[in-house]
Amino acid sequence: MSRDSASAGRGVDRRHFVAAAGAAGFAGALPAGAPALAQHGGHGAAPARAAASPPPAGYVFFMPPEARFVEAAVDVFIPHDDVGPGGVEAGVPAFIDRQLAGAFGRGAGLYLQGPFADGAPTQGYQLPLTPAEFYRAAIREIDELCRREHDGKRFDELPAATRDAVLLALREGRAALATLPGATFVALLLQNAIEGYFADPIYGGNRDMGAWRMIGFPGVGGMYATAIEEHRNAPMAVEFRSIADMQR
Amino acid sequence: MATRLRPVDIVIVGMGWTGAILAKELAETGLKIVALERGGPRQTDPDFQEPHKDDELRYAIRTELMQDVQRETLTFRNGAGETALPMRRLGSFLPGEGVGGAGVHWNGVTWRWLPWDHQARTRTVERYGRRIIPPEMNLQDWPVSYAELEPYYDKFEYMCGVSGKAGNIAGHLQPGGNPFEGARRRDYPNPPLPQSHAGALFDAASRALGYHPFPAPAANASRAYVNPDGVQLGACHLCGFCERFGCEADAKASPHFLLLPLARRNRDFELRTHARVLKVDLDAARRRATGVTYLDVRGRAFEQPAELVILAAYALNNVHLMLLSGIGRPYDPRTRTGVVGRNYAYQIGGGATVFFDENTWIHPYMGAGGLGVAIDDLSADNFDHGRFGFIGGASVSCMSSSGRPIQARPVPNGTPSWGSAWKAAVKRHYNHTLGIGLQGSVNAYDRNYLDLDPTYRDAFGRPLLRMTFDFHDNEKRMANHIADECVRIGEAMRGLGNVLQVQRGAPPARYSIVPYQSTHNTGGAVMGTNPQTSAVNRYLQSWDVPNVFVTGACAFPQNAGRNPTGPVGALAYWAAEAIKTRYLRRPGPLVRA
Repeated sequence: MSRDSASAGRGVDRRHFVAAAGAAGFAGALPAGAPALAQHGGHGAAPARAAASPPPAGYVFFMPPEARFVEAAVDVFIPHDDVGPGGVEAGVPAFIDRQLAGAFGRGAGLYLQGPFADGAPTQGYQLPLTPAEFYRAAIREIDELCRREHDGKRFDELPAATRDAVLLALREGRAALATLPGATFVALLLQNAIEGYFADPIYGGNRDMGAWRMIGFPGVGGMYATAIEEHRNAPMAVEFRSIADMQR
Repeated sequence: MATRLRPVDIVIVGMGWTGAILAKELAETGLKIVALERGGPRQTDPDFQEPHKDDELRYAIRTELMQDVQRETLTFRNGAGETALPMRRLGSFLPGEGVGGAGVHWNGVTWRWLPWDHQARTRTVERYGRRIIPPEMNLQDWPVSYAELEPYYDKFEYMCGVSGKAGNIAGHLQPGGNPFEGARRRDYPNPPLPQSHAGALFDAASRALGYHPFPAPAANASRAYVNPDGVQLGACHLCGFCERFGCEADAKASPHFLLLPLARRNRDFELRTHARVLKVDLDAARRRATGVTYLDVRGRAFEQPAELVILAAYALNNVHLMLLSGIGRPYDPRTRTGVVGRNYAYQIGGGATVFFDENTWIHPYMGAGGLGVAIDDLSADNFDHGRFGFIGGASVSCMSSSGRPIQARPVPNGTPSWGSAWKAAVKRHYNHTLGIGLQGSVNAYDRNYLDLDPTYRDAFGRPLLRMTFDFHDNEKRMANHIADECVRIGEAMRGLGNVLQVQRGAPPARYSIVPYQSTHNTGGAVMGTNPQTSAVNRYLQSWDVPNVFVTGACAFPQNAGRNPTGPVGALAYWAAEAIKTRYLRRPGPLVRA
């Protein structure tokens, strides 16, 4: 029930976003966070949410061409549609940007001592690159590939169907980058996009818990010891809650 | 050079389940005990409090509570003909780091292993003859029987506040419990957790096929509970953030609050955190440990002399320390001689996913690590293997542990990996899908083993542990057979809900270090009666260096199709008693080789 009313309430915001995104486009110079941020501010009219400071707009790690690439790729992975929020409006590019600027991007939890060898797929990631280095290098090579095969156009300048085909060809090994394993990069990019879409909004993605509302995952701080039997095989009104909601 | 510290009586390496059990059980001796834990201190408050504790990205994906492989990892290869390469990121398994070890972030499933698991070789030969055992398989009995360990299983379960339903009390079968379990002296300390709808479906479907479902035994307390040591556990909220997370309610058993405070009652017990043991120091003859060398929080090297050394790190790390220190003879796969690193084993998975229509509500986010329904009909030797010709089996269960969406997004095969169709499938199936999983046993083989890597080193300059492992035909046939049974159970749900599709989850053909499978690594320092085929005796005492005891799942001769923490805890209590009542009175070998 509350899920229905929540998503009905979001319909207005979503249309608002579509208009803004349509003007800027994914190839535009505006970072995707700008229109989405306005959306967030409008939505924060409820007094309980007013205290929360919206995530700051802009990119920490990405250079402008990288930002355009990631927005254009996230738009392929998690497009805006009637199913639920698109990845760009949900803040996924900003999430990936912050992750790459921080410990994850700099190689936390990653053993990077040599010597290096390709190895078998069962041996996992074997590149000498941190995620941040990998993104920077791979984006350049994918743009080169696109320019070569698509009339000099960068990845973000291509229509969505072509972008989808480029990523799929890399993922399936039908297209090769100059030096890097394209399939490995696409898998990382997709994993990070999914992380940003479904992680707690505190990391900059999953704005307003839109992805959680889409699937019906209530978020954090759940207590279901009695609900599990009361709502056995029956729908349940869900109160969505994020980390920031509980810290207030 | 290492600074030599004042000698103590006992050094314990690692403060997870077994280190904490030893520390607590030996506390009353009043001996001077130093425990060295490579990670930091952790307490329920503030470390595991809401809301930050329910952060899927931080704990489940970025693995904040687990071993930091940037500093210390292992290398892996499927076979000896390949070059092992570093496990550069955690994946297949998740050892803990910090006080409580993996006992902080486990799910809480607390099985006893079956009497058959304790006597796998003898009972296999009795029933099927020697020829069923492939020549490359090292099938070995435990040197401790189920009946001998029963009091210690009981002690561990009551300490942890396990929720469950007994199936066999002193030989009398109990309705609703597991009819295949070994006889226990009494029921679990707490009643089963409430049943999820997924569990109810599995219960009814498996029962209709003639199987014997029962509530999985869970160290997630179904009610507030004070254990025999006087420690309070809270009632589980079923919050769905269990495995890979700490517990805010002290409802999931963990050594950091159940045992460590009791160890501290010994005023001569001292825990040093951020203290990374580099090796056990031996005398020139390698017959006696003189202490351990470790790095403190500032990276300074210290030598801590001790009369007795207890290796209580994670299974893999115990074997690593033995190899680095020269305790026992390393295993050589070419000659099949040596014992340290021998009989490394793992587990094999597979199962079925059942997709329902939108009127079937699963609520996957309501859960606890050990909440679920299981059957034991297909475990170990609980069914006739004669016509199959493989050894071993699997526990099959339907667990309601979590619906955290970065990880849990079931979609039917053929769904695109991304795009609107993917989104629609994720949304459509999230709340209307359940999984039936098999946890398959893996036997030990001559070519699956652990040794030191010749090339790669950790941040402290030590050779990494090298794992050589792949699945064998026996295990793949077993797991494929039981995956088919999981599909049958799923199909039997068609009469209970509107099933759209039952999708088979195929067991892997090759082992990969990449996807998460199971933190149930076993072997490498196995217990036994023969020093030629075991590294430690039945009290987990090194045959070669008798003032070293080695606890944990590295002692298991082969792996079973069930979670190992029950016997890990029981064996720790068993070893603690032998140390307390026998070894400390007269130090020396407790078993004559």
